[in-house]
Amino acid sequence: MFRGGVHPPGHKEATAGSAVEWAPVPARLVVPMSQHLGAPCVPTVAVGDRVSRGQVIGDIEAMVSAPVHSPVNGTVAEVGTTLTAAGMTVKAVVIDADEAQELESFVPVPDTGDARARVRGAGIVGMGGATFPSVVKLTPPKDADVHTVILNGCECEPFLTCDHRLMLEQPERVIAGAKHVREIIGAKRVIIALESNKPDALEALRAAADDTIEVVALPTRYPQGAEKQLIYALLKTEVPHGKLPSAAGVLVHNVATAVAIADALETGKPLTERIVTVTGSVARPGNYRVLLGTLVSELIETAGGLVGDVERVISGGPMTGMALGSLDVPVTKGMSGIVAVPKGMAAPAIADDQPCMRCGRCPQTCPMGLEPYALATFADRRMWDAAAKRNVLDCIECGVCSYVCPTKRPLLQLIRLAKAAAMAKGVKS
Amino acid sequence: MSEPLSARIVGPSPHITSKETCPGIMLWVVAALVPSALWAIVTMGLVALQLFAVTIGVSLVTEALWNRIARKPQTLLDGSALVTGLLLAMSLPPRTPWWMAAAAALVAIGLGKMIFGGLGHNLFNPALVGRAFVTLSWAGVLATAPERGWFRALPDVTAEGYDAISGATRLAVAAADRAASGAYGFDLAAQYQPLLLKNLEGSLGEVSAVLLILGGLVLIVRGIIDWRIPAGYIGTMALASWAFGSDPVFHILAGGVMLGAFFMATDYVSSPMSKTGRLVYGVGCGLFNALGRFIGPMPESTTFAILFMNGLAPLIDRVTRPRTFGWVKSND
Repeated sequence: MFRGGVHPPGHKEATAGSAVEWAPVPARLVVPMSQHLGAPCVPTVAVGDRVSRGQVIGDIEAMVSAPVHSPVNGTVAEVGTTLTAAGMTVKAVVIDADEAQELESFVPVPDTGDARARVRGAGIVGMGGATFPSVVKLTPPKDADVHTVILNGCECEPFLTCDHRLMLEQPERVIAGAKHVREIIGAKRVIIALESNKPDALEALRAAADDTIEVVALPTRYPQGAEKQLIYALLKTEVPHGKLPSAAGVLVHNVATAVAIADALETGKPLTERIVTVTGSVARPGNYRVLLGTLVSELIETAGGLVGDVERVISGGPMTGMALGSLDVPVTKGMSGIVAVPKGMAAPAIADDQPCMRCGRCPQTCPMGLEPYALATFADRRMWDAAAKRNVLDCIECGVCSYVCPTKRPLLQLIRLAKAAAMAKGVKS
Repeated sequence: MSEPLSARIVGPSPHITSKETCPGIMLWVVAALVPSALWAIVTMGLVALQLFAVTIGVSLVTEALWNRIARKPQTLLDGSALVTGLLLAMSLPPRTPWWMAAAAALVAIGLGKMIFGGLGHNLFNPALVGRAFVTLSWAGVLATAPERGWFRALPDVTAEGYDAISGATRLAVAAADRAASGAYGFDLAAQYQPLLLKNLEGSLGEVSAVLLILGGLVLIVRGIIDWRIPAGYIGTMALASWAFGSDPVFHILAGGVMLGAFFMATDYVSSPMSKTGRLVYGVGCGLFNALGRFIGPMPESTTFAILFMNGLAPLIDRVTRPRTFGWVKSND
């Protein structure tokens, strides 16, 4: 078990039993050229071009990047920009979809015999939300001895059930992904980890796994799915400060990412769709298989529309996701959920905080062993060096401190400020 | 198409928050104290009710006036002044004159809390600051305060098996006995039952150890206070009493140790924040309480033991700072 953490109400019951269903193909898709961490792609198509499902429409020669493919057969209507869930304006290719779509067929990624090249060619990124290009993770530093592959199916964020449904409905694909990753990386050990609140998925995975693959149920506790915490919970190994998991001999992939890798390697299928949990205050909460580039507003309509007094609509989970300023933003590779948070449940947007009463909840629940109350005070007083000395840069921004604070101090906000300032100043901890 | 930007509130993650609030926590503390307070009123009579009214009333008024004069936002609703007033009354003996109780509350809130900047900024437990102030300032008055006076008299408890009510508590008598002859003039074990259930010596908060323990356990189970502080405190107190050759059970039940361990030492603001720190602090409270009782001049040393450890809390926080995950060695 990792240090600290919390157990917020799960709210998963609304969608945990909902089988994944296709969301309708929208008439028009807005496909951002940057759906990943790293260099944004450059559009490779022009207005008026006919595009096929699976065809590359954006790419760039960069190690840390991932090409973007057309999710549909259609015509390029526009090459311009779009607002993203993160509130950024990025280049985008707008495609008018043909009326009849063959979602089973696609232009496959060419097979050159190099698995890593094919993963890159399929545009696969971390689908748990981090969107780090998978090929980079699959290419650890030469001196690293990666002995263990962990597939992360914890889904510790409240509300989200997309990984749960994937593991339950397609356990054999998750296992296949695990084996592909193991082969590429040359690892000895494979562990698929999920939280104990998904016993049906655990059973499904165990039934589908052979004895070379360990399926482990961990306690339900946020942030169980945070990489460093997950590694510690499974292997009792701490990823050293400032290092990647490969330094601890570990590679972690989200389960959906692993399935995408298996699809890419077996059939050449590029990443053009994903499962999104649409839940909270919507009429028909569910898990939808969504073409990337579908607007969130359309996806919410698919789920029956918003109901009641919705205060925030979040992309991702409520602990680490982003509140959407506009619903007219496209679904992207890392978007695991759309959560409509009703009034009363959402944290106040403008902090009406009282002073810290030193209750001790934040230092005791911080999974990184930091002292959020102190870091926040340093940030308040613009004491960036002091914050850096107390390891503010180790913060993983899980949000547990703000969540547990009884006086509702905006702890994580202040800590983010201190992180940014410490990084800008180049302060070393 | 969807609503415009302004239709929604955008904010940073996390987007949800726990239901725990400062007034909510304070109300739990009040609720945990209510049985003890009611029992004090029932057994001691209106004298106890009057004490509660004076300390709570003066605490609230002092905080409200302070905020008013300092032109600060009103903080009465955070509930902390109510808790301070309640705890203060429970730390005072029923014969405390009303003006002394009022002075204690004024000092508790004014000099114990508000002058530092209000809730969260005070170094010492405000209720104990108030109590310490009056017990030091008017020790003689308190010791010789008449049983009948401004307040209604104490009920006649001789029928309950007591010989008499005296100003001195059993604890003081025991200490005097020890100093004089090294032996006790009465059977300590015979005091267990009154101390647990119905004890009319000492302060309002000493009337029933059972009710205080139950209240404290509720707060522990509810996650409001950390078990490490009362466990460290009471455990050390018992161990030290045994080491000094006395009766551990008598010593943890007498002299307000239960009130101190569960409700005074656990004050968030004036205690350490880490788990280890809290254990160290609890042990320290127990140790200094025992030292005061067995070799110091004050048998009823609970107040000063906790105040002393309050002063050490920042230091304890410093030396028990958690190790950052991923750092193999402590880094500061």
